[in-house]
Amino acid sequence: MRFEQPKTVNDAVSLLADADGLTRVLAGGTDVLVQLRLGMVEPDLVVDIKAIPGMRDITEENGGFTIGAAVSGAELGEHAKLVAAYPGVVEGMELVGSTQVQGRATLTGNLCNASPAADSVPAMIAADAIATIAGPDGPREVPVADIAIGPGKTSLKKGEIITSFHLPARPANASDAYLRFIPRTEMDIAVASAAVNLTLKEGKVVAAKIVLGAVAPTAVTVPAAADAIIGTALDDASLDAMAKACEAACNPITDKRGTIEFRTKTAGTLAKRAAKIAFARAGGKS
Amino acid sequence: MSKLHVTTTINGDSREFLCEPEDTLLDALRNTLGLTGAKEGCATGDCGACSVTVNGRLVCSCLMLAAEAEGQEIDTIEGMADHDKLHPLQKHFLEGAALQCGICTPGFLVAAKALLDKNPDPTETEIRYHLAGNLCRCTGYDKIIRAVQNAAAEMRGA
Ligand SMILES: Cc1cc2nc3c(=O)[nH]c(=O)nc-3n(C[C@H](O)[C@H](O)[C@H](O)COP(=O)(O)OP(=O)(O)OC[C@H]3O[C@@H](n4cnc5c(N)ncnc54)[C@H](O)[C@@H]3O)c2cc1C
Ligand code: FES
Ligand code: FES
Repeated sequence: MRFEQPKTVNDAVSLLADADGLTRVLAGGTDVLVQLRLGMVEPDLVVDIKAIPGMRDITEENGGFTIGAAVSGAELGEHAKLVAAYPGVVEGMELVGSTQVQGRATLTGNLCNASPAADSVPAMIAADAIATIAGPDGPREVPVADIAIGPGKTSLKKGEIITSFHLPARPANASDAYLRFIPRTEMDIAVASAAVNLTLKEGKVVAAKIVLGAVAPTAVTVPAAADAIIGTALDDASLDAMAKACEAACNPITDKRGTIEFRTKTAGTLAKRAAKIAFARAGGKS
Repeated sequence: MSKLHVTTTINGDSREFLCEPEDTLLDALRNTLGLTGAKEGCATGDCGACSVTVNGRLVCSCLMLAAEAEGQEIDTIEGMADHDKLHPLQKHFLEGAALQCGICTPGFLVAAKALLDKNPDPTETEIRYHLAGNLCRCTGYDKIIRAVQNAAAEMRGA
């Protein structure tokens, strides 16, 4: 294995594009190191992106936020303005692992590891986050929803790396929330999860995005669930309709953590609860 | 493949070492630098026995490559006591019998210090969540939590 710590994005891209064999980008390393140690992945080249200037910065831009690819969960949680604007995105990332894991783990790694249960991904998709990608053919911008394409698989091409994410500016009275179900209270993998991002006007939902995790090969956006609450103040009937739409969108597996039936039901329930939290955070009164 | 040369600061002292690209920081600390306080309980980020701080940030040294330590400031359990004078956390772990076999103890101490450095007066819930990534198979957690609370109180001068 070769280890490189390039100082520029271009160098990182060239190293990866020119490499023969298996490569891994190293952000926080909390997935890569485990896979190395367990012998699951034996890369020929590891490219650490943390020495590239800007990779660890959170900047406010056009009213939104640009988050460098190597920003850790702990750093996200310490950014008061980001927490205020996107509490759901931050709480998703903060659920990843322990304090120790938070010191290193990144949104980028969580997304690119492409686990169906990745905790930061549903809220990032619900927030309409855009990834900026650098590659041999130049930069491109891609919705976070289009990065993971299956368990362990991404749409990134050889030599491409994510350099940052952008969370768009928010209208007034908008907020988000993320909830997951795990059998313990800390340190476990989601059995089902739900993120809700919504905007209110005069007490009613005028825009919403609902994304489920751990109930399909990738996170699933459920437009029908959003439609069920748009135009409402989250009365019980619309919340029930939303939960039904979520259940209909689930395509989970049965494993030791939960059955298909349990995951499906739980996803709907979590979506309801997350919607209520996001609604209250956005200033809604029920 | 030739070894990588790493220059770093450990417990305030400038240190240099050679490592293989796949060595973890924990490997380098224990096998190359003779700092065996950090333990390997799992090597997969689950137990926290390998806890150290990097630029003041608590991490698992088993989840970091040794080569990543280049130019960073690492603090380990070996730097916690002031020569013969134990840190209040160490003292209260001993006094409160917050350890049995002791394998987990350096990790708990480093993690607890990282908490108290940021938050001198944490609630019990905050302590429990903060230490959720540190596992102990013998002592049970109550004595550990008490020791952290007592050390925090002493450090606040309460
Ligand atoms: C003890 C423990 C508990 C955990 N708990 C959870 C949990 O509760 N929920 C959860 O979702 N996850 C959990 N994880 C998994 C892991 O911590 C997260 O997925 C984390 O967000 C990964 O981020 P990272 O920066 O450490 O990724 P890395 O390990 O650095 O990278 C992960 C993958 O992304 C790729 N990658 C990294 N950066 C880039 C980039 N810039 N461009 C392109 N590809 C890139 C890497 O090549 C690799 O394939 C846990 C891990 C541990 C060890
Ligand atoms: S040895 Fe690092 S967490 Fe267990
Ligand atoms: S004292 Fe033995 S593992 Fe904690």
